[in-house]
Amino acid sequence: MALAKSPWIIHVNCNSCNGCDIEVLACLTPLYDAERFGVLNIGTPKQADIMVVTGSINYKNVNVLKNIYNQIPDPKVVLAVGACASTGGIFHDCYNVIGGVDQVIPVDAYVPGCCPRPEAILDGVVAALSVLESKSQGKIKGKDVKLKGNEVPSNA
Amino acid sequence: MNSLDIAKIVLVLIGAPILGCLLAGIDRRLTARLQGRVGPPILQPYYDVMKLFQKDNMVVNESQNLYVVLYVVFVILSLLMLVFDADILMIVFVYTVSSVALVVGGMSTGSPYARIGSSREIMAILSYEPILILYALAIYLLTGTFKLSALNNTTTPLLMYIPLIFISMMFVMNIKFKKSPFDYSTSHHAHQELVKGMLTEYSGPGLAGIEIGHFYEYVFLLGLMFLFWKVNIIIGLLVALIAFLFVIIMDNITARVYWQWMLKISWTILLIISVVNVLYLYVAKIKLI
Repeated sequence: MALAKSPWIIHVNCNSCNGCDIEVLACLTPLYDAERFGVLNIGTPKQADIMVVTGSINYKNVNVLKNIYNQIPDPKVVLAVGACASTGGIFHDCYNVIGGVDQVIPVDAYVPGCCPRPEAILDGVVAALSVLESKSQGKIKGKDVKLKGNEVPSNA
Repeated sequence: MNSLDIAKIVLVLIGAPILGCLLAGIDRRLTARLQGRVGPPILQPYYDVMKLFQKDNMVVNESQNLYVVLYVVFVILSLLMLVFDADILMIVFVYTVSSVALVVGGMSTGSPYARIGSSREIMAILSYEPILILYALAIYLLTGTFKLSALNNTTTPLLMYIPLIFISMMFVMNIKFKKSPFDYSTSHHAHQELVKGMLTEYSGPGLAGIEIGHFYEYVFLLGLMFLFWKVNIIIGLLVALIAFLFVIIMDNITARVYWQWMLKISWTILLIISVVNVLYLYVAKIKLI
């Protein structure tokens, strides 16, 4: 019950163009005021509940993403914000891009758009809250994502 | 120890965190209103603590948990000593142990952010401690004893004789509440620079313990302000409330300063006016009893 009332967010920028980042920050401004739902933008993964990822995953930042994911204590959910984080977006067939966030870590909610409006992001957070709540009740742990070298495929 | 004392202890142990939680909620709500936002519900700090208890406890080393317990225990101890009119000098020392527990806890993790936060907290302790000692000294000069129970026999409030120390204590409140312009050891608002300061490596129940400790600390610090007008409970509570509102308003209208600035402000202006006040009491030989 209490989990849904105080979701703390860590915002991870995986090579985003900053379009989505600005919209994420806009949620915290007086106009949208995400804090009225108890949402706080927290700096450290160890105190976060919801991981908001923007941007597509490439071979340089994949281990950073995994590392941050592993540092968030359970129960936790991942929210992919924007087209790039959801599918790879406009960069999906670049030589260095792996794709959306769900290629690497389990994603619980997606917010489409390039870039999504702050209302859509807040909607996504609220959708993630019910997932967070069910994970807490079912004692579902996030899987421990293993770090592997630099992840560059042999044919690249 | 009679049954009244036990009732008092139970009341402090249960009532203080509830009061502190409400104060923290009012603080967040008022801050939001001053920034033109709606703000979270008043009970938001309670929801936060409840949530943190549901999370996993992820620590770098086991001793971190011990420092959380030490912090909470010593804050509660200093609050109890204040309620039971104990020795003010001893209260200041016991209270310092609680601050040091947090500093050592931050240092023990090895995280660079926690280290910076801890060393800044040491600077904060360095800058407010002399003023607290001078406050205790002023009480000694006025009543002839460090025991706070002597204040019960007086008829004039302390504020009449130590107004300059009152001004210094207002700034000490700002430092101890960890609010802007002195909010650099565990910053609530500047994640980009310092993440979470000395609390960076705490998570889940550990952080919840620290939050509960903060609730006790809020009540304890406002209790120190209450002493300025102990002769009348209503006015005393009003003084504490004014101090609380002053801290919130200062938090919202000021930007953060360098820690060097805080040290300069407290070791020049605040320390000098406090010393002047104590010297005046000493030279004029003013006695309340």
